[in-house]
Amino acid sequence: MSVDTDTVRKVAQLARIRVTDNDLDGLVGELNGILAFVEQLNEVDVSDVQPMTSVTPMDMKQRIDEVTDGNRATDIVANAPQTEDHYFLVPKVVE
Amino acid sequence: MTDLTKLTIAEARTGLNAKDFSARELTEAYLSAIEAANPALNAYIAVTDDKARAMADASDARLAKGEAGALEGIPLGIKDLFCTEGVHSQACSRILGGFEPRYESTVTANLWRDGAVMLGKLNMDEFAMGSSNETSCHGPVINPWKSSGSNADLVPGGSSGGSASAVAANLCAGATATDTGGSIRQPAAFTGTVGIKPTYGRCSRWGIVAFASSLDQAGPIARDVNDAAILLNSMASVDDKDTTSADIPVPDYRSAIGKPIKGLKVGIPKEYRVDGMPAEIEALWQTGIDWLRDAGAEIVDLSLPHTKYALPAYYIVAPAEASSNLARYDGVKYGLRVPGDDITSMYENTRAEGFGREVKRRVMIGTYVLSAGYYDAYYVRAQKVRTLIKRDFEEAFAAGVDCMLTPATPTAAFAIAEMATASPIEMYLNDVFTVTVNMAGLPGISVPAGVDNSGLPLGLQLIGRPFDEETLFQVGHVIEQQAGSFSPKRWW
Repeated sequence: MSVDTDTVRKVAQLARIRVTDNDLDGLVGELNGILAFVEQLNEVDVSDVQPMTSVTPMDMKQRIDEVTDGNRATDIVANAPQTEDHYFLVPKVVE
Repeated sequence: MTDLTKLTIAEARTGLNAKDFSARELTEAYLSAIEAANPALNAYIAVTDDKARAMADASDARLAKGEAGALEGIPLGIKDLFCTEGVHSQACSRILGGFEPRYESTVTANLWRDGAVMLGKLNMDEFAMGSSNETSCHGPVINPWKSSGSNADLVPGGSSGGSASAVAANLCAGATATDTGGSIRQPAAFTGTVGIKPTYGRCSRWGIVAFASSLDQAGPIARDVNDAAILLNSMASVDDKDTTSADIPVPDYRSAIGKPIKGLKVGIPKEYRVDGMPAEIEALWQTGIDWLRDAGAEIVDLSLPHTKYALPAYYIVAPAEASSNLARYDGVKYGLRVPGDDITSMYENTRAEGFGREVKRRVMIGTYVLSAGYYDAYYVRAQKVRTLIKRDFEEAFAAGVDCMLTPATPTAAFAIAEMATASPIEMYLNDVFTVTVNMAGLPGISVPAGVDNSGLPLGLQLIGRPFDEETLFQVGHVIEQQAGSFSPKRWW
């Protein structure tokens, strides 16, 4: 499989990365190079093989459902570009 | 005073306990060395000198009271991927510019608990994506090694290039690093240092900036095998804050060093003899086999038939996980924000300006292979191949093999910008011997074993059973005893 300019433009949109028309051609070539490289996986017979979900077999840890942390609003917004009263500020979302 | 920087961690600990010098003197020696070397090597991107002095003074106070920890007074460099409270933690990406976390990663907290001193944050490939440390937003790191008869600057490997360069040039006693596809072992091999990627789950990932969560593991880069064991003992822990942290006690790795390897079965996987491998690497591998056989190990030829598919499967799995992990960089919660007409264009502008070229490429590949209609063809297939890669190893270990010996890298260090015109795939091939280990979640160590015709260091890799880092230290030490140690000639 390979990608064309329109597909790369759409993928960039999905990834929320602005791509200029100048960059598009280079990206198409690079992404197709990588997709051609991974194409060799089609040689492998994977029928009856389970996809890996956990590299070391382990049970998901559980803990008692209780509050163990909190009241750290100042810490949480400390690195944000724009905040007001412990809220993150963003451009208007709903008109 | 500069002689103090030549001591191994073990030697420095002995000197500190004997009051031959103070922790403050040791730290000052490293700070002077960094000041002199860093303009040339660019290994550190932030030097925390005030903090280092305060931590060293606190170590001296504990030493005086007889309360020294296992790493008391030992000055370390920390890869920029580790969150350090109140200190620059940027993953060498513009998108995390100015980020100073309000918390400490578990691995670094373990080191400070044991008395270590932080010298500063080390350069790396952006978000740990790279094999040459050339994708950092702070510019490339220079390898302290040079080819004989050439003055060209060489790469230290990546992504932990700053860690490897700093350890090789004596700008820290040891360093933290991380390894997703080879990012500890490849730079260690390129700089004549020892690097170990432990078993997935051995070190907590809490507080480490995520790249590919099912592959990322922290580990040390050190001057010798013994120092690597000391550092891993402190870095590894069982951590409730990481659900993939293994609930297995951390053994005393140093007790494995010096144990005879007589009767150990060492596997030699034939698929690692790749086309176009330089003759000197092939010869080094054979030398390593001879050393281990002479020390009493039983050498077993074996096959790992899915080896060649590890790298292509990695370049689906790792970008897929990265595209998901890096979705959090949106200009809202931390780091860079580039304004736009509306919230979507703010996201798009921020990520366009904040991410470098390699990171964008991987996020886009990951987005593509996870997108509707392609998920099964790419991602699910790659995870199935990953099951087969792991099965190859399981079968070899079930047949009684204790560890495997392979080359660490297909080449020695190359020149800065040498790969600039190469395709991304050519750069990815650097990890051809290391990436299988991440795909199977196994431990792997790179130990310096010789030099090539240009006098550049080369490493051998040992691959172990899950949670059997001890055998890697035990066998790695035998290689080290035979090969000796390798230090660059100072030019900076």
